[in-house]
Amino acid sequence: MNVATKVQKLEADGGVDDAPLYEARRKIYPIAVHGTFRRIKWALLVITLGIYYLLPFVRWDRGPNAPSQAVLVDLANGRFYFFFIEIWPQEIYYVTGLLILAALVLFLMNAVAGRLWCGYLCPQTVWTDLFQAIERMVEGDPRERREKQKNASKAQRAFEAASKHFLWLMVAWWTGGAWVLYFADAPTLVWQLFTGTAPLVAYAWIGILTFTTYVLAGHMREQVCTYMCPWPRIQAALTDEYAFNVTYRYDRGEPRNSFKKAEALKLQGLPAGDCVDCRQCVAACPTGVDIRLGSQLDCIQCGLCIDACDTVMKKVGRPAGLIAYDTEMNVQRRQKGLPPVRKLFRARTVLYTALIAVVGGIMVAALATRGSEGVSVIHDRNPLFVQLSDGSIRNAYTLRIVNKQPMPRRFAISVEGVPEARLEIAGGIAETENGQPVVEVGPDQTYELRALVSTHARLPANASLDVTFHIADVAGGETSSAPDHFKGP
Amino acid sequence: MADIHKNEVDAVSGVSTTGHEWDGIRELNNPLPRWWLWTFYACIVWAVLYWIAYPAWPLVSSYTYGVLGWKSRDAVQVQLADLRAQRAVFADKLAAASLTEIESNPELLSFARAQGRAAFGDNCAPCHGSGAAGSPGYPNLNDDDWLWGGSLEQIQQTILHGIRSTDPDAHVGDMMAFGRDGILPRPEVVAVADYVRSLSNLPVPQGVTPDLAKGKEVFDANCAACHGPDGKGNPELGAPNLTDGIWLYGSGRDNVIASITNGRAGIMPAWAGRLDPTTVKALTVYVHSLGGGR
Repeated sequence: MNVATKVQKLEADGGVDDAPLYEARRKIYPIAVHGTFRRIKWALLVITLGIYYLLPFVRWDRGPNAPSQAVLVDLANGRFYFFFIEIWPQEIYYVTGLLILAALVLFLMNAVAGRLWCGYLCPQTVWTDLFQAIERMVEGDPRERREKQKNASKAQRAFEAASKHFLWLMVAWWTGGAWVLYFADAPTLVWQLFTGTAPLVAYAWIGILTFTTYVLAGHMREQVCTYMCPWPRIQAALTDEYAFNVTYRYDRGEPRNSFKKAEALKLQGLPAGDCVDCRQCVAACPTGVDIRLGSQLDCIQCGLCIDACDTVMKKVGRPAGLIAYDTEMNVQRRQKGLPPVRKLFRARTVLYTALIAVVGGIMVAALATRGSEGVSVIHDRNPLFVQLSDGSIRNAYTLRIVNKQPMPRRFAISVEGVPEARLEIAGGIAETENGQPVVEVGPDQTYELRALVSTHARLPANASLDVTFHIADVAGGETSSAPDHFKGP
Repeated sequence: MADIHKNEVDAVSGVSTTGHEWDGIRELNNPLPRWWLWTFYACIVWAVLYWIAYPAWPLVSSYTYGVLGWKSRDAVQVQLADLRAQRAVFADKLAAASLTEIESNPELLSFARAQGRAAFGDNCAPCHGSGAAGSPGYPNLNDDDWLWGGSLEQIQQTILHGIRSTDPDAHVGDMMAFGRDGILPRPEVVAVADYVRSLSNLPVPQGVTPDLAKGKEVFDANCAACHGPDGKGNPELGAPNLTDGIWLYGSGRDNVIASITNGRAGIMPAWAGRLDPTTVKALTVYVHSLGGGR
């Protein structure tokens, strides 16, 4: 019975569903399956976890003044390194851009083939898959489990449970351990962790992530997807009738009968579906749903029921694909004798692809053209201006010059917008270039200085002139500027 | 709320009820989750242990000290020691470096300015203002006019020993009360005031006809000794330059007449005994870097 017929039945019953709203949790122990989607999931599990666990150890040479870790979140120095990209705290909008891209890719995946993310790539799914595999390895398939509950000795069961939790905790511990490696030089930190000299915060985070991994992947599992995650709700609103989903083809499967009964019915010329009602799709499901009820919120569309069903169909000599990536619309069309339709180029897929191209293009362009130097300026507020003994007016500013290159650079400072302006640097700057003061900024550092601008020129009352500070790399010629005001009496 | 519901078992969940019912909604007698209960007990045990280990209960004139002997004052001492240790890297360099060395080293300059700004806020801002902009009678330290000299050494000297303070090395200069003490009669005071204002081309108020010749005569006889024959002042004596645009006590005719009549003797305390030498150094560099330093 799919959702539509369920709703019809509900309406026929006067809209009253007598089933209680409360339901205690059924613990789910899915059976192992073999097939295409299982192989894809194993491959993705190895790839994603491999990236997660090993990426911190990948090296990337940035010269002598920067860390050589390919991916590093250097919180202490406020830097994020990603291969050839280095991001400063003020460039956090790149991360915003990445998040927007991630959302758009998620939307596109959803428009093409439903919950690809949930079924194959989401960390919750990947780790739960791994934890369930460990569970089956130690305690056996659900059938063995049930037999052991009746027959096996208490000691054996306790030993197996302890082994399972120990292995879970080991995986969880590695997960937490890999996490902290992204925040410090990985080989050094590994050594520190084993010699007990790592910072306390590293141990604390390993503890926290060990705990969350163990609880979320070992104990909570599908409840995270069903109750905690907002994406199932959002994705249901974003999907359409052309999106491929893991679908039970009730046009082929109904009415369900045992294999023998179905053959008998067929001989009599009566309708008999391909579904033999073996419930292997339900037994294989990591979230415990019955896909034959139609697409539903709990279903993460991992495709394991497809493998389970195909195995059975092969055994009974019926064509595979009773459960397949298909659309609800096509199932209905087949029922009416119409050919199935596939429409990859639709308004939403084109729009999402275009948006991804635009946002990605903006980010790449911004990244490629961003300067490796910068200047910001703050006007002294107290006092706003000072009258000097010769009657001229002076304003003071705090300048911060940023050098994002891994080598020291020299910048010439100039100011524009004040008539007869005289620029001085407090503390005295010995060096000048074409009469402009020059400061040296260390590799990948900022330099703060106090700039004094004074003028003899007669200013209008309550003057507030627009001024611009310029910095120019003496060697390379790159420039940057920052605006402010010049105040007068 | 009738007892007839008591021990009734709820059909859906299989849990007994408490007998409480509101508008047909019955309360299930679910026990606290076990982990919650044990956490609660653990907290109670923890609290008792805490009372024994740490200071906890107030007594009439004392309190329970706790067996670990922990004191919040000790914790502050440790934190302060940590802070000193952290700062030592720069603080030691600052103590060893000369004022000129500090200014030419960007790292030290930045550290000294930060420390100086904090010390200025604590000690100097009440008179000079938080931005050192001063107010009538209290000099603006951002400008380039210095009564007692604006070099690093001169600023340090002024901070250490003060002006007209009780310190034996304090700057002392005397602007006499020419009018009040009867040294000059009123018309001469007015004439010299007009003359002094003319030195920096200040506008003459309406209805006033300054007697500049007379003023110059009086100036040369009484004022030039300290302020110089051309009125440019003398930082050795703290005599201000009378030809520039900066007037500590105001440039109005009445202000100048009042200064000549009653004299001026601003006081700045000596900080040598109150602030440690490194802090004075930092203050010196900070004040010098405000923009007025020479």
